[in-house]
Amino acid sequence: MTGAAPGGRARSAPLLGHDAEPTIFDFSVPGRRAASFRTTGVPEWTAEQLVPAEELRPEPPPLAEISERDLVAHVTRLAHRQYSVDMGAYPLGSCTMKYNPKVCDEAAALAGLTGAHPATPASYAQGWLALLWGLSDALCRITGMHAATLQPPAGAAGELTGLLLMRAWHQGHGRSPSKVLIPDSAHGTNPASVSLAGYRTVSLPSDNRGLVSPETLRQHLDDDVAGIMLTNPNTLGLFEEDIAQLAAAVHDAAGLVYYDGANLNAILGVTRPGDMGFDIVHLNLHKTFAVPHGGGGPGAGPVAVTKALSDLLPGPVPKRLDDGSFVWEQPARSIGRVHGWHGNALALARAWAYILANGADGLQKVSEAAVLNANWLLSRLRGVYSVPFDRPAMHEVVVSTKAAPGMQAGVRALDVGKRLLEKGFHAPTVYFPLVVPEALMIEPTETESPETVAARASALVEIAAENPEDLALAPRTTPIGRADEARAARSLVPTWDARAKPL
Amino acid sequence: MTHYVPHTDEDFSRMLGDLGLSRADDLFACVPAALRLAGGLDLPAGMPEPDVAAEMARLAGANRTGSDLVCFAGGGAYDHDVPAVTRALAGRSEFVTSYTPYQPEVAQGVLQALFEYQTLVSRLAGLPVANASVYDGATATVEAVNLALAATGRSTVWVSSGLNPRWRAALATLTAGRGTAIVDVPLVDGVADWEAMAASLDVSGPGRAAASAPGALVGASPNYLGCIDPLRRARDVAQRTGALLVGVFDPVAAGLLRTPGEDGADVAVAEGQPMGAPMAFGGPYLGMLAVAAGHVRRLPGRLVGQTVDGDGRTAYVTTLRAREQDIRREKASSNICTNQTLVAVAAMVQMAWLGTPGLRELALRCARGTRYLRQALLDVPGVEPLVGAPVLREFALALPVPADVVVERMADEGFLAGIAVEAGGREGLLVAVTEKRTRAEMDAYVAALEKVVA
Repeated sequence: MTGAAPGGRARSAPLLGHDAEPTIFDFSVPGRRAASFRTTGVPEWTAEQLVPAEELRPEPPPLAEISERDLVAHVTRLAHRQYSVDMGAYPLGSCTMKYNPKVCDEAAALAGLTGAHPATPASYAQGWLALLWGLSDALCRITGMHAATLQPPAGAAGELTGLLLMRAWHQGHGRSPSKVLIPDSAHGTNPASVSLAGYRTVSLPSDNRGLVSPETLRQHLDDDVAGIMLTNPNTLGLFEEDIAQLAAAVHDAAGLVYYDGANLNAILGVTRPGDMGFDIVHLNLHKTFAVPHGGGGPGAGPVAVTKALSDLLPGPVPKRLDDGSFVWEQPARSIGRVHGWHGNALALARAWAYILANGADGLQKVSEAAVLNANWLLSRLRGVYSVPFDRPAMHEVVVSTKAAPGMQAGVRALDVGKRLLEKGFHAPTVYFPLVVPEALMIEPTETESPETVAARASALVEIAAENPEDLALAPRTTPIGRADEARAARSLVPTWDARAKPL
Repeated sequence: MTHYVPHTDEDFSRMLGDLGLSRADDLFACVPAALRLAGGLDLPAGMPEPDVAAEMARLAGANRTGSDLVCFAGGGAYDHDVPAVTRALAGRSEFVTSYTPYQPEVAQGVLQALFEYQTLVSRLAGLPVANASVYDGATATVEAVNLALAATGRSTVWVSSGLNPRWRAALATLTAGRGTAIVDVPLVDGVADWEAMAASLDVSGPGRAAASAPGALVGASPNYLGCIDPLRRARDVAQRTGALLVGVFDPVAAGLLRTPGEDGADVAVAEGQPMGAPMAFGGPYLGMLAVAAGHVRRLPGRLVGQTVDGDGRTAYVTTLRAREQDIRREKASSNICTNQTLVAVAAMVQMAWLGTPGLRELALRCARGTRYLRQALLDVPGVEPLVGAPVLREFALALPVPADVVVERMADEGFLAGIAVEAGGREGLLVAVTEKRTRAEMDAYVAALEKVVA
């Protein structure tokens, strides 16, 4: 290594503790206010003159009464109790917590984008339509698909949209199969979406490679199968090498093949879902295309499909005319709409800026560096942690504390994660995928430097040498220690008002 | 061009060497050769950042917004002021660039902000529990209907024709897989006629099969035409049919109107965009969702609860996790994972900034502007109310010229005049007035419309 400091590691506890921050309601003082409104010259009718008496509530709902200064101090202190990508590495497997470029933030804050009402006629919103069309087109080129909808506001929404497209496609062919096949390593959203689409989930066991084998698939295929949902690389970070045969077998059974784009970050410019035989693809723009996760959202989950399915897409979709202008168009046999308007538009704008900045060359480099970082990390953990499926990794690795060659027995994945928090890192994903006991799922992403990846590997190796009792005490340098989650569920306090009388 | 990959060429070579590989391509040996993309992606090369900024500015400049097209459109997206404090605080990178709070020890900031958001939404809705957000008003309505149908074991929902038609469309699309039957309850002069609906179907009569009985009634107040249509008018029908009552409310109107909870709602939902989110061509917005205590274990999405840590300090965690898709999988009642947390944080700041009297004043200002503009427009020859029920912050007019033509012509005069709507077979224009609209803007709007419809 160069000897440079790891940029993604905080050397001392980066967050504010040790006492709790009061709530906004604790700061409230009757009569304090922050709001101010513009001068309009509109007549000042009273509430009683404007609202029928029986509909008027006597008092406004109590919110808070706080000065702007106190509000800023409170929320700033909350921010100081929150870890973030901007603060350091955040290697949650399957979440793709890459750095979110600031140029995309600025783009999404442009008044010409934020100020547009979504019902603005297309002729006066040509910039927005051009952006959405350009993004759709690029996502189709990246995935090898024919057409896309940008309406789904998150990955799970994209899944449901894709499954409803599957359903409509079968109906159009006079079929009504009832089952969707999903590997046992899949994200929980997959089976949940299958149920919402009116299908039944049939779980496919992974083989000893951690993959779906063509033999297993064939045993489960019959004319009641609507399709299969696959993530490739899968949630073990492994490429489904038999994907072409898997897709062909499903097609032979008149089913469709659905691509969960959660792990697209591994294959940009390397291979495309369309080339693998997929019919329907959802993408998580908040993973692969650097839309920030916002503490849990908003994201965006566009769905792209083959030509055979493009008439069914939710609409309207932007269309480019020969003169270079853009209009809205409703696909001929559209399943309808899956969002109140056009989707999480500002998230889409961020993704478009990211794609422009990276281009074909940059996106391919993204995947190369992501896969390089993951494999390099794995090479440093092998021999310490157990590697349940030890094959060349893609963008993430799954290791385990169970039967780990370099660890004492009884160390829990949870404890390793909590100890990492003390060492200036965010924890990896733990206990997922479900098929690996005591799993630690680590996704370094391409934006972490080799120094950061090396520091994380060293931290994990150091932790492996500690005794389990000490690990169970972590974390001690964070604003709170381990929380009593059982109490939270048993004695529910979901609001400030419920403190005195939990639900 | 790769702006965001820190690796030098030397880093690449050394790391590949450590793995016993010579080229980056070797990393993808597990991808069968037949599937490899020859020649890379069919996209232009990456652009320098200043060029990206310039291109995005060009796109932004190709939209007419602000004073170039003064906004009188609503229909679920409103041109409210977003104060600097909301943008500054919700724009903090600790909130913007963090993940779902799966490690509460380092996520107290987002968790506490959501706890405060849940409290504020619960108070607006008049119900004891609000979740940490869903995507938007449309999908909040879908989640509410799914909850109600799961709770009642039924598959039919009665929906007021005053529900936003795009939300109605999303409800139809997103529940199609489960075969949910949607029955539209007609409006009479702008308000839903629940009793006539119940009488015509006689669902509560003796011997009637429960199969066709509704599991949910969905009402909206103010509804899509701007009319105040209180949910309690549906309460008797809900009780007789055994349906749950779902109330769509508006967080601004909540400053003046009775809450859905007071009117008997089991579930209340709202489009939260008016609380701190820019119009932004439709998203990201915010689905607010609150429930009565009895339905908390069917609540979709994340819920933050207060607890303590090992030292007894106040702590916040996501709770009742066993409801959620990652644990319950195919048995989960919702598939939501990623939500709209950052928009919820902005809404928390916005609601705190408004404060108790500020929310009332905001609602009043919208209502005053609505009264002023509506009265002035009704003096224009040929302009009539589309429906007669009282309105609060939005209203529908019948015009002598088709609404889409009016919108086009008004754009030439510098106004986004509204949205074309339909009620009872008549076409009209839906016009919204927020606290931002000045008397001078409204006077100019009236003069322009007079010219346009003449």
